[in-house]
Amino acid sequence: MKRTLLSRALVLSWFLIACEVTHEDEVSAVDASRAEQRAPIALHDATQNAFSAPLPGLSEHERARFFVGNSYFNQNWLSAPSSVRSRDGLGPLFSARSCSGCHFKDGRGRASAAGEPVHTAVLRISTRGRGRHGAPEPDPRYGDQLQTDAVAGLVREADVYVRYEEQPGRFADGQPYSLRAPTLTLAALGHGQPADGLQTSLRVAPALVGMGLLEAVPEQALCVRVDPDDRDHDGISGRMNRVPSAQSGRVELGRFGWKAEQASVLDQTAAAFVGDMGITSRLFASENHTAQQAGCADAASGGTPELDDAVLDSVVLYVRTLALPARRDRERPDVVRGEWLFATAGCTSCHTPTLTTADDAVPRELSARTIHPYSDLLLHDLGPRLSDQRPSFQAEGSEWRTAPLWGIGLVERVSGGSGFLHDGRARDLPEAVLWHGGEAEPAKLRFVRMRAADRLALIAFLESL
Amino acid sequence: MRGRAASRAAVWPLLLWLAAAWLLSCTREPPPQRELDAELTRRALVTYADIAASSYADALRTARALALAVERLLADPSEPTLAAARVAWRDARAPYQQTEVYRFYDGPIDAVELLLNTWPIDENYVEGLADGREQGVIDDPARYPTLERALLVALNGRDGETSISTGYHVLEFLLWGRDTHDDGPGSRPASDFVERAGDVLAARRRRYLLLASELLVQHLEPVAAAWSAQRADNYRARFLALPASEALGLALRGMGSLSGPELAGERLTVPYETRDQENEHSCFSDTTHEDVLGDTLGIQNVCLGRYAAQGGTKVLGPGLCDALGSADATLASTLRQQIAASVAAARSIPAPFDRALAGADDAPGRAAIKRTIGALEAQTSTLAKAAARLGIAAATAQAAR
Repeated sequence: MKRTLLSRALVLSWFLIACEVTHEDEVSAVDASRAEQRAPIALHDATQNAFSAPLPGLSEHERARFFVGNSYFNQNWLSAPSSVRSRDGLGPLFSARSCSGCHFKDGRGRASAAGEPVHTAVLRISTRGRGRHGAPEPDPRYGDQLQTDAVAGLVREADVYVRYEEQPGRFADGQPYSLRAPTLTLAALGHGQPADGLQTSLRVAPALVGMGLLEAVPEQALCVRVDPDDRDHDGISGRMNRVPSAQSGRVELGRFGWKAEQASVLDQTAAAFVGDMGITSRLFASENHTAQQAGCADAASGGTPELDDAVLDSVVLYVRTLALPARRDRERPDVVRGEWLFATAGCTSCHTPTLTTADDAVPRELSARTIHPYSDLLLHDLGPRLSDQRPSFQAEGSEWRTAPLWGIGLVERVSGGSGFLHDGRARDLPEAVLWHGGEAEPAKLRFVRMRAADRLALIAFLESL
Repeated sequence: MRGRAASRAAVWPLLLWLAAAWLLSCTREPPPQRELDAELTRRALVTYADIAASSYADALRTARALALAVERLLADPSEPTLAAARVAWRDARAPYQQTEVYRFYDGPIDAVELLLNTWPIDENYVEGLADGREQGVIDDPARYPTLERALLVALNGRDGETSISTGYHVLEFLLWGRDTHDDGPGSRPASDFVERAGDVLAARRRRYLLLASELLVQHLEPVAAAWSAQRADNYRARFLALPASEALGLALRGMGSLSGPELAGERLTVPYETRDQENEHSCFSDTTHEDVLGDTLGIQNVCLGRYAAQGGTKVLGPGLCDALGSADATLASTLRQQIAASVAAARSIPAPFDRALAGADDAPGRAAIKRTIGALEAQTSTLAKAAARLGIAAATAQAAR
């Protein structure tokens, strides 16, 4: 009899619990429907198109502009005059014919193989001295970037080659590794001798993940992490690059590029159009050649400017509203452990996991979002081995912007054959970690001292991003 | 005995009480979630795979016919053999377009799609302009002394997403030439393929056309084999061995990605917004209207579970919409209607597409394109709802690799 009562009580309580659970679900569903329903910003797509989808919540009008921007991002530009007036004006000097020439499928450029001219990367150059706001001093003949191609009838500036030297090392447990240190060579210089003491910096095109969201993070949220004199004695400085913005005409916080040399997505995009493709726009009305470069000034123009305002704005909207790739395998035990190891090793001191975008960001889909870029967008000293010895604005040669890590696990899938770090020298993620020095030296050493299983877990975490 | 009878008697009031309590406390419970009919879903997925196999077999057969027509053109370059090659190209496009619904989930096609059907292309990458302002592979013998299959494959996409050296649209450009007219397709003369002593350009163009037609066949072959029911260890077998909801998720992803971002977005919104014939899909041959229709038909094929294969065979079975209907009849019926509407809208786009782009927004051509965009976006949103309804929004595209 007692057992029967007990079982009745159990049945009764199960019903009550079941109802209560249903109730709670309903209540929370009602609350959610009262709250604003928002489309996600990350999509589950681990194919080669992982970086290429629009934010799902865009309005019809924004979607239309997104696709127009995508079209101009992908398509080759042509020499002027062309029968296709909307896409002429390439060069006269250029590094690529289209944005997708380096950001294939919106991904990264590929690392340069030894013996092959550099491709999908650009070479920044400068000479001794600094200009306004600490700007690099352009070479009097070649300007601030070497263009490796030119329109018919003109001579390209140079071919750039990379040689690699293997530098062996060992993890604390004895397992060997090898890093490859790059050395640059310039060949076929087409416009005479550059100035003595030419400074060079090879930059692989980064993936376009989440740029609109990073732009929407309020400056104040980044400022609080600035610690140039390391007052909190954690060994991590964090400095802002301050750069002139062609968009606003003011000196602003640099957010984009390997050394945070661009303040906004518009600045970055217009600078890439003129610097990498020779396409002028309302922000940059002058072509990328100098007065000393034979024939360039006489080359046909594709218009004044060559890029229509509406097209430029569509490409910028496109770049800003690409959806994020959702994380994969985030519940897997090694990934969870790797995330913990990443934090406890100190990586998150600079690779900040979480930021929040401004409430008033536009398009609205970018506003009030909690994001996980794993970056503070600040400059940090990564030591002499990574230095390009080419200061740029506030950034010293050894200082680099914390590279956002979101999407890093899909880079190989999207771009193939990609190296990591600014010049693609790291062949895989462990090598990328091992190249870190300077402020990141203690965190790097913790990685070197980890058990092999922990190193694998940390890398598994990075690959889940 | 007594104990059991007593407890049985005591249970009834309790059950009644519970029933009353349940009714009172749980009246706001939503309607029960119906699950997919497992057997019907399994059969629908088999039909899906059968249609894929049959469609790719048709695409491969017609690609071989195109390669043959190219051989005939090269053996005897004349206006009739060129016209026959162009017909063969159009015949090859029709079944291929109906296979695009199998893209976007790392299925067999996604490994070679960039080599087969990348669009748009910068034709100058293949062959530059006579005045030398643009230089392509064909007219740059100094840089590319020998044209080989491997070279064309290596160059494909090397300098960007429209620097394309292989596939349908490269063949289209080679067969039709640039479309510089407003009132018709490209008009390349057959004499472009005539061998003459010392004409390096014609010789290289001939070689390029031959290689490109061979590569089309070469790249379609593994895709057709991967879906073939005649083989045991192929993608089809792995696809059908997946949990049904996962396989259905991949199929829905293919349908949605093609309907929305690809077709409504890149291929229709861009030309519609820019009014630029440079942005139409098959711009050299002016057959864009057939491309759009083929894609919408491909989506309808897998929704309804039917495909009329070339040579008269029919594939018939439960469609994906039938499987969806077993879980949510309203959603499936909406989807069927929307897909039928997008097919009808695509059919109403007048040829040539570049003329349909022009004019006022209420001109019949532009209105038809706009209507097709709207219909495709509506079905994309229903496809997303269907995936969410089945809890397969998070299906990863790596599942059957």
